[in-house]
Amino acid sequence: MTGTGAQTRGWGFVAPALIWTIAFFVVPFAVMGAMSFATLEGRTLVWGLHLDNYADMIGRAYLWRAILVSLEITLTVTVVSVVLAYPLAAIIAFRVPPRWQRLVLLLAILPFWTSYVVRSYAWLLVLAREGMVNDAMIAIGLIAEPVTLANTRFATVTGFVHFFVMLLTLTIYANLVQLSPNYRRAAMDLGASSFQTFRHVILPLTLPGIVTGAFLTFVLCIGDYVTPQILGGNTELTVPQVIMVQLGRRADFPLASALAIVLMAIVTLAYLASARFLRLDRI
Amino acid sequence: MTRYLAPLYLVIAFAFIYLPVVTLVLFSFQGSTLPVPPFDGPSLRWYREVLGDDDTTEALVNSLVVAIGSSAVAVTLGFLAAYGLARHVLPGSAFMRGLLIAPLTVSYLIVGLGLLIVITRTGAGLSLVTAGIGHVVINLPLAFAILYASMGAQQEQAERAARDLGANEFQVLMLVTAPMLAPAIAAAFFLSVTLSWDEFIIAFLLTRFDVTLPVEIWSMLRSGLSPRLNAIGSVVFLASVAAVLILELFVLRRRQ
Repeated sequence: MTGTGAQTRGWGFVAPALIWTIAFFVVPFAVMGAMSFATLEGRTLVWGLHLDNYADMIGRAYLWRAILVSLEITLTVTVVSVVLAYPLAAIIAFRVPPRWQRLVLLLAILPFWTSYVVRSYAWLLVLAREGMVNDAMIAIGLIAEPVTLANTRFATVTGFVHFFVMLLTLTIYANLVQLSPNYRRAAMDLGASSFQTFRHVILPLTLPGIVTGAFLTFVLCIGDYVTPQILGGNTELTVPQVIMVQLGRRADFPLASALAIVLMAIVTLAYLASARFLRLDRI
Repeated sequence: MTRYLAPLYLVIAFAFIYLPVVTLVLFSFQGSTLPVPPFDGPSLRWYREVLGDDDTTEALVNSLVVAIGSSAVAVTLGFLAAYGLARHVLPGSAFMRGLLIAPLTVSYLIVGLGLLIVITRTGAGLSLVTAGIGHVVINLPLAFAILYASMGAQQEQAERAARDLGANEFQVLMLVTAPMLAPAIAAAFFLSVTLSWDEFIIAFLLTRFDVTLPVEIWSMLRSGLSPRLNAIGSVVFLASVAAVLILELFVLRRRQ
């Protein structure tokens, strides 16, 4: 299958997908990039190479606050999710009998078949002042008055952790079951305690899986609008929330575009930081 | 002591994982107007209200149409591109593969934002079609990757045999390659439908009057906690679980 005739035919097959991707992804992306250097004078858009939007991110407190809030929430969520998911994945991989493991994993994924917006709403129900958690804590005498849990950063982090614990349990589990049991046996035979075996054998071997899952968590978490918008209240805004505010009331597309570019730059930095360990083909 | 630690952790973890969905479904049967304790049901009042509501059922149908339509386009384009790149020696094929996968590396918000800017600049209106275009952008890379990975040497030999027997390129594609890849095509299609069905931010940015179900739920959320939302959420949840179970049984049965 060589020669120009075959090549032309080959192009014919690839062309529709390529044209679609260029027209509806590459071009919009380029326009967005150009838009980030445009500026608004009153309500009219002025194209050019203005750096106003990027300068604003340092100059205006609510913009750099949003970047900081996004980073704080994302890093908290990533660390908490890894710490909670690792033992869960290890218990499923090593303590649950192999023939039940598939079922246990399926059960862990099942609740995430609700709609994504509904899931955040469900946490709002659970954490409401009159909700289940407050109700239960009052019933066992832990608190006398209901405490504010919904519409806080705590609620946002809880909503995120809920989803990412599931995701990370899957990626870490996939890594753990690939390990040959011989490594553990060899370490034990050589006199290592189970903690030493974990610390010096299992953990280093599963590090690529952990980093891959953590990177995925970071990327999905920092770009999400729904969870902080539903659960976080209005006391602090993340970058995606500020982008949506710019699009809505102000129709400030240049600033929204610049914020989107900053978001991408942060993700690229996270990628470079973890690139050494990443096995994206393993996801 | 440590013997009980692992089972205990497993139980606590599953309680955490199931807490919101159990609360959601339980209070969808609430009798009064607030979905919080004490539970005073069971009542089917909210299900009746939701299923009788035109906006909700319309949004549900819109979601299905967008999901199936955009997935059909994504899988078709992805299949053709995978065939072209796997079976023909083309200059710059590594670059083209990279380009086709590229939308995967960008968040949905940015895909939606870029399209929104272009659509408002060109003066084209927002509709279910524009939302569908956005969904094809995010699902095409997945469909392409799945189908490209499943184009093996085995099919190539069958394709060559068909060509030797006088089949033209179109016949080879429709009568040999597509049937042999049916499981991968089905997997790509269902994955695509699932992602489109549940996608919020692109649909939110790119629709105006006719909206999909996640966007409709979003606008209902503005009026606060309501057992109506619990009922809609529960219906979506049970429908999805049923679909997965059917698929699982179907796939399992075929494997045996």
